[in-house]
Amino acid sequence: MSGPRRDGDPGSVRFTFDGKPLLARHGDTLAAALLANGIGLVARSFKYHRPRGIMAAGVEEPNALVTVGAGGRSEPNTRATDLYIYDGMVARSQNRWPNLSFDVGSILGLAAKALPAGFYYKTFFGSAKRWMFYEWFIRRAAGLGDAPTEADPDRFAQRAAFCDVLVVGAGPAGLAAALAAVEAGDRVLLVEQDSLLAPSLIRDPQDLDPAWAQATAARIGALGGRILLRTTAIGYWDDNLVTLSQRLVEPGEQPPGGPAQRLWHVRAKRVVLATGALERPLAFAHNDRPGVMLSQAVRTYVRRFGVVPGQRVVIATNNDDAYLTAAALRDAGAHIVAVLDTRSAPTGATSGFTVHNGAIPLATKGARHHLREVSARIDGKVLRWQADLLAMSGGFTPVVHLHMQAGGAKLDWDEASQSFLPGAAQQNVTSVGAAASADPVGPTPAPENPAKSFIDFQNDVSLGDVDIAWAEGYRSVEHLKRYTTLGMATDQGKTSNMAALGRLAEKQGVAIPEAGLTTFRPPYTPVTMGLLAGRTERDAGAHLRRLALYDVHQEKTPIWQPLGYWKRPRAYPQSTETLAEAALREARTVRTVVGMTDVSTLAKFEVSGPDAAALLELICATTVGKLAVGRGRYTFMLREDGLVFDDGTVWRLGEDRYLLTSSTGGADRMATHISYVRQFLCPQFKVSAVNVQEHYAGIAVAGPQAKAVLSALIGDDAPRHMSIMKAMIAGVPVQVLAASYSGERAFEIYVEASKAEPVWSACEAAVSARDGCRYGMEAMEFLRIEKGHLVVGGEIDGRLTPHELALDKMLNKAGGYIGAAGLTRPALNSPRRKQLVGLEALAGTIPEGAMLVSLQGQSAEGHVTASGLRVLDGGSIALGQLNGGFARHGEEVLATSPTRGQSARVRVVAPHFYDTAGERYRD
Amino acid sequence: MTRYSALGLLRGVFNGHSHWQPAWRDPEPKANYDVVIIGGGGHGLATAYYLASVHGIRNVAVLEKGWIGGGNTGRNTTLVRSNYRLPQLHNFFEFGLKMWEHLSDELNYNVMFSPRGAMFLGHSDADMTRLAERGDAMRVSGIDAELLSRDQVAKLEPLLDMSRSARFPIEGGLIQRRGGTARHDAVAWGYARGADRLGVDIIQKCEVTGFVRQGDAVVGVETTRGRIGAGRVAICVAGHSGHVAAMAGLKLPVESQTLQALVTEGVKPMINGVIMSQSLHCYISQSDKGGIVMGGDPDNWPSYAQRGQPMVTEGAIAQAIALVPSLSRLRMLRTWGGVTDMSFDGSPIIGTTPVPNLYLNGGWCYGGFKATPVSGWTYAHTLATGTPHPLNAPFDLDRFRRGDTIDENGVGPMPNHR
Amino acid sequence: MLLITCPHCGARAQAEFTYERTVDSIVQPGADPAQAMEQLFARTNPRGPDEEVWRHTFGCRAWLVMTRHRVTHAIEAIRAVGPETLP
Repeated sequence: MSGPRRDGDPGSVRFTFDGKPLLARHGDTLAAALLANGIGLVARSFKYHRPRGIMAAGVEEPNALVTVGAGGRSEPNTRATDLYIYDGMVARSQNRWPNLSFDVGSILGLAAKALPAGFYYKTFFGSAKRWMFYEWFIRRAAGLGDAPTEADPDRFAQRAAFCDVLVVGAGPAGLAAALAAVEAGDRVLLVEQDSLLAPSLIRDPQDLDPAWAQATAARIGALGGRILLRTTAIGYWDDNLVTLSQRLVEPGEQPPGGPAQRLWHVRAKRVVLATGALERPLAFAHNDRPGVMLSQAVRTYVRRFGVVPGQRVVIATNNDDAYLTAAALRDAGAHIVAVLDTRSAPTGATSGFTVHNGAIPLATKGARHHLREVSARIDGKVLRWQADLLAMSGGFTPVVHLHMQAGGAKLDWDEASQSFLPGAAQQNVTSVGAAASADPVGPTPAPENPAKSFIDFQNDVSLGDVDIAWAEGYRSVEHLKRYTTLGMATDQGKTSNMAALGRLAEKQGVAIPEAGLTTFRPPYTPVTMGLLAGRTERDAGAHLRRLALYDVHQEKTPIWQPLGYWKRPRAYPQSTETLAEAALREARTVRTVVGMTDVSTLAKFEVSGPDAAALLELICATTVGKLAVGRGRYTFMLREDGLVFDDGTVWRLGEDRYLLTSSTGGADRMATHISYVRQFLCPQFKVSAVNVQEHYAGIAVAGPQAKAVLSALIGDDAPRHMSIMKAMIAGVPVQVLAASYSGERAFEIYVEASKAEPVWSACEAAVSARDGCRYGMEAMEFLRIEKGHLVVGGEIDGRLTPHELALDKMLNKAGGYIGAAGLTRPALNSPRRKQLVGLEALAGTIPEGAMLVSLQGQSAEGHVTASGLRVLDGGSIALGQLNGGFARHGEEVLATSPTRGQSARVRVVAPHFYDTAGERYRD
Repeated sequence: MTRYSALGLLRGVFNGHSHWQPAWRDPEPKANYDVVIIGGGGHGLATAYYLASVHGIRNVAVLEKGWIGGGNTGRNTTLVRSNYRLPQLHNFFEFGLKMWEHLSDELNYNVMFSPRGAMFLGHSDADMTRLAERGDAMRVSGIDAELLSRDQVAKLEPLLDMSRSARFPIEGGLIQRRGGTARHDAVAWGYARGADRLGVDIIQKCEVTGFVRQGDAVVGVETTRGRIGAGRVAICVAGHSGHVAAMAGLKLPVESQTLQALVTEGVKPMINGVIMSQSLHCYISQSDKGGIVMGGDPDNWPSYAQRGQPMVTEGAIAQAIALVPSLSRLRMLRTWGGVTDMSFDGSPIIGTTPVPNLYLNGGWCYGGFKATPVSGWTYAHTLATGTPHPLNAPFDLDRFRRGDTIDENGVGPMPNHR
Repeated sequence: MLLITCPHCGARAQAEFTYERTVDSIVQPGADPAQAMEQLFARTNPRGPDEEVWRHTFGCRAWLVMTRHRVTHAIEAIRAVGPETLP
């Protein structure tokens, strides 16, 4: 005997398993290579840490999970049967300590009788802290492999594709369907999860010459069809969108440059599912022992990989297919000691084998973690055989997952094969081949020891557990699944669902199709998370909007502040200034000399046409139409429910032309809102509303010297406060809006964004010449807080009415604006609601976001929306919302922040601390 | 009913666990009940339990169209916390959090409540101020909340990307240490067993198809298993609230939308608590079986299909991996969807309806699981006394008409802006 | 991912579109306040077809009204709205 390899050639590809150097052949899976090297013990089960080997040859493998690869590329929980050997592969077993052969966790197996399914619901009582103590151990015993801790070094790509026909599965049926489609002139995409075409033909060349597969593939390619190997269709979504996961390298393998995997979103006119069928195990005591394998898998190892997993073989089956395995093994030199056929009558093709009909497999026994003996009940007597391989077959389950994911699809029960076949579908999809039909099977006898007869191997769920769940009332298939965890392991029940359903149906006293089914969900096989994330998680640049004047700001290396998708300069510290010092200097410069800042991100809309004012008076709650040409005003906007959600300014540029500005943070929302109102509510209006937010850059110049600066720049008188005029600066046309957020005389200069830099430079030269400076967001905050100007996201938080923000005097008395109806709601008039107030500290600093609590009180009556200071005189001030605040001026309350350990006693005052008469705007 | 205990498990070693009784009976519906609860999810079952255990009202039926706990309770992402900004909300959820702390003992069913910490991440100074505000509001109401520095966050969750150049740089966090996770199915089953033991009839495979009226009042329900009379009828069907309320001619301030979630294959412990974000919608935790449970943005369109669109989960995963890069090589094992009842201020609706004898509990958006005990408690109080409990009084159906909405995010009535 | 047939652009992936609100939630300017609030805060929210307002946000940006089934997601009708659709 030359070992498991039929021809004795160990191959030349080097890999290691648990540190042991081994050889394999190109095209081997890790499972085939391990079997070829005589390694049968490969894993430990999830719950009881039972020794496990390789049961299958494909994606349905429940036991043989390994961690493969190193560093950030290591992939835990990889099925050894779905992993192709590459030179230098490093694979390790999982869920065992200290090693596979001697695993401390197997103690749990000894306690198995006390730990049936759902045992944890019945114990571990006590305090939550006590549960967390138990949980510490449970979490360490649970899980399978270890996640990598290093960053993933590889990239993942995404691609969209369109085709007339998507064929899933390149077995004989899939190849035939793809060929027929290309010959009919369709654009075809054929995908196969395995590493080669038609592996079933290599396993069973007696059906069809494997060379046919190559020839057919060549013809498909020649006619323009596309074939992808190592590509799994993982999800079927609405309208024939199918997602594919394509492996460009094997798990743990370094890509030669390029991505490791590719995610496809394929839109197909029709889909053909040639997804084949999965073999079912049989249930009998200790059917999970290494050496017990699925029969067709054994045949695959023998014919495709040239590996004979055992020399003394027992076959246990309820159908004809296993006899093909017996023949293949015999041809490879193994000895078939017995065939246990559950069917009572012989069915041909049994020549040369010792066949026992009406057999009931009973149990296996093992030695050194491997199969040694098989027993069965034949005609009432117990017979035993010495064997090192048991090949079992309980029939075949067509793979209907994608068919069912599509939504609205049905399954038809086929009594002869005891399986579900794809039935009617709502989407344009058909199933062919072994996915659409199955051969008849004989009986699946109930085991005599259900507690040790496993059905969900990975989660250690036995038929006994199904019985316990039933006895305890968990009788719907969904309860059964969730209570026992069967079908919830990484194989998602591929080899267990039918056995569970069969047992459940028996208990319910119904036919299997009436017992119910759990929902088929994507992905068909587990998919790398990084693949689904695609490139976006690597690109910090996703959704980042750059200021037109970015380079100009960056020259002075400001502290940048994120604001939605934007970054705006927060302050421009000079030498060793802190943020606070820089901001205060900048704000003081604005108050005493002049400053300039970038206001480009404000939302801006050009609204023009005969109905421009009408549109604006719907969206804004103030009058608009009364503005004279060349004049502007402050305005604010309400939601349909009457609450303030944004504010800004509106300017009349001409008879029928207006410019609306509103907050940066609300810009996208306002654009959608204006569009909705114009298109949907008022399509009959003669108006156009154009979003010009990024078309114009904006530069604000503010301070006592601002008027002089502007006059010098435009060579003309500066516009008076709340007026707008056209001008030229540095040869560039601009609009100058005399508006102020800071409280000083100020001008906002709007210029086409691509021409902003020369305008900025000219302004800065003029500003610097007067010892002015740039100022950022932080200084802007100090300035506007002192003036009591509102900010969206601060005082305007979507929960206050105009009255509560002291804006009601500005409401358009004619009504008709969006939100007018909402304001009539009775509770909105309550004087005890939150109202805008100012706060001045009696001592200390008022923390922003702090709760306002009355000196006697326990509960929060409001909060600090913005904390600032008196720019010139010093002293902490703030704006806030306070229950019934208008009537509480003069009252002392506490602004408290327990999370920051800060508090300040404050006096409630009017929300204006600077130039309440507006003198600074007057020329 | 056999009491659950470790000793009981030991006894099971010798009798093959044959001594355990069904966790709940499967009775035929009677002709009449004092209270009929429509909806056998966590909330409906908790309501039945508290009606019986606290108010002594045992002539109660819970009618479930499918199998109990099949909606939210069968598919949520298990987060339990009370760290809301608005006092009506955080006080309500906090009462619930205190109930969670001894729920396993109360029900003699291990719901695996694990206060492993629920943490919001802040990604900017502005975020940190928002988090401090939320924490301050909680602390002033006597609820635990703690601001965390970058170092403290890194210590709690070593696998977070703390680098300054991360896609979502982390400035700090706000943690509620008493928040965490619980085993979602167990809650439904525990309440079902508890209620059943007290005499409540749990009737599965019984779909309500209409209401029986006498004048304006509801006096019973028509079901697929016959007519059942009731003194009071309590709607408790979450995502299907609109559908059931329509049978009584009611239109609700609720829109049913899809929310998806996903779980990875199980790995050894890597995420210690619950990670959420102040400005991102994704949230991440690790179940006791080792799978990483996560979710993100809702699908933002109305659907009852319990399945969503792939680009939504892809976006959530992209955010999660940006926060925790080690997630990249794990594999998504399963993704699913459910129906959320999005209310028009983001807060629940628990109380009376304009129809006499008809009560409503719904509008939970995507935050209902954590409220299972307190929702049941307050709904039971409302049903038993005819008036709301102080904790659910703010969440009445009429508040939208009046203008008393409780809008945590300040975005108003469009669920899509939430 | 639905294939939505935009009246202007033809069949495009759902990812290009944004759902806004239901048609039955729309409040017309000038409506009676009590009725308006009733309408804003009440939905039929049916487990069947309903009329919805969508936008082809990443395409032609047109506003659309779609009749779509909330369980099967089947789109029964779709039309553009806006000034160009007025007679």
